[in-house]
Amino acid sequence: MLLPLGAPALPLDEAGKYVAGAYVVFVVLLVVYVAIMAAKLQRIERELREVAAIAEERSDPQAAPGRGSEAPLASRGSGGGGTDV
Amino acid sequence: MYGKGLKPLSIATVAMLAASLSLVFFYAPLDGDQGFIQKIFYIHVPLAMTALVGFIIGGIFAIAHLRTDNRKWDAYSYVAIHISVIFGVAVLITGAIWAKASWGHWWVWDEPTLVSFLIVFLMYATYYPFRYAIEDRDRQARYASVFAITAGAFVPLNFMAVRMAQSLVHPRVFATSNGGLPSEMLLTFLCCLAAMALLWVTLVKFELTAKSASGQVKRLRRALDAPAPGGSSRIAPEVS
Repeated sequence: MLLPLGAPALPLDEAGKYVAGAYVVFVVLLVVYVAIMAAKLQRIERELREVAAIAEERSDPQAAPGRGSEAPLASRGSGGGGTDV
Repeated sequence: MYGKGLKPLSIATVAMLAASLSLVFFYAPLDGDQGFIQKIFYIHVPLAMTALVGFIIGGIFAIAHLRTDNRKWDAYSYVAIHISVIFGVAVLITGAIWAKASWGHWWVWDEPTLVSFLIVFLMYATYYPFRYAIEDRDRQARYASVFAITAGAFVPLNFMAVRMAQSLVHPRVFATSNGGLPSEMLLTFLCCLAAMALLWVTLVKFELTAKSASGQVKRLRRALDAPAPGGSSRIAPEVS
C-alpha cells in the first residue's frame, strides 16, 4: 500500500541523466537566446538615448550637452516614431 | 506594432511550458519498452515538428514578399527561419542524447530520418551567409525569399522520408491506426506540441519587435543626421 510513496518520483539512474541532459540543453538554449536578446535590447536603448540627446541638442542649442540624455524620445512628441515595445 | 500582445503571449507560453513539463513527469506513464528515456520524446518531437513547420511558414512569408514586394514579409520570413534554426539545434542535440541513451550511439548515419533532418538543417544554416553575402538590400531580400521558398518546398521531403523509410531503427509512434500512443501519452504530447508552437510564436514576435525597434532607431538617427529642414518625421519600421 505504501509502496508508491516510497518510490522516487523521478528515477534518476542512468536513463535519468540522459533525460535531464536533454531538458537542460533545451533550457540552456532558451536562456542563451534570451541573454542575446537582452544584450540587443540594451544596445537599442543606448542608441535611443544617443538619438534623444542629439534631438534635444538640436531643439535647444543652449542646453548643456547630455542634459536630456535620459529623457525618453516619445516624450518629445516626435511624430509617433518611438519603439513599439 | 510588433510588441502588441507580447506580454500575455509570453505568460501563456510560460504557463503552457510549465503545464507540459508537469504532465511529462507526473502524469504520462512510463513507456513499457524504453522506460524513463522515452520522456525525451516529449521535447524532441514537438521541437522537430515546430522547427520543420516553421521552415515552411518562412517559405510562405517569402512567397508573400515576392508577390507584394513588401519588406515586412521578408522580415517575417527571416525571423521564422532564424527561430526555426535555433529549434533545429535543440532537435539535433536532444535527438543525439536520446540516440545515445536508446541505441548506444550519438548518431546513426544509415537512419534516413536523422540524415534528412540534418540535411534540412544544414541547408538552412547556409541561409545566413547566402543572405548577407549580398550587399544590395533589395536583391538580398529577393534572393533570400527565393531561397526560403525552395528550401521550404524541400522540407516536406523530411516528413515523407520518415514515413517511407524502410529502416525501423527510428520509432514511428504515429504509424498505427490508433496513433500508437496511449491517451495519457497523446494528451501530454499534444500539450508539449502546443507549448513549443506557442514558444516559437513568442520568440518570433520578440525578435520582430527588437528588429522593428532597432530599425526605427536607425531611421531616427538618419532623420536627425539629414540636414533637410522641415523633413518628414514619419518613421516606418525597418526590416533587415
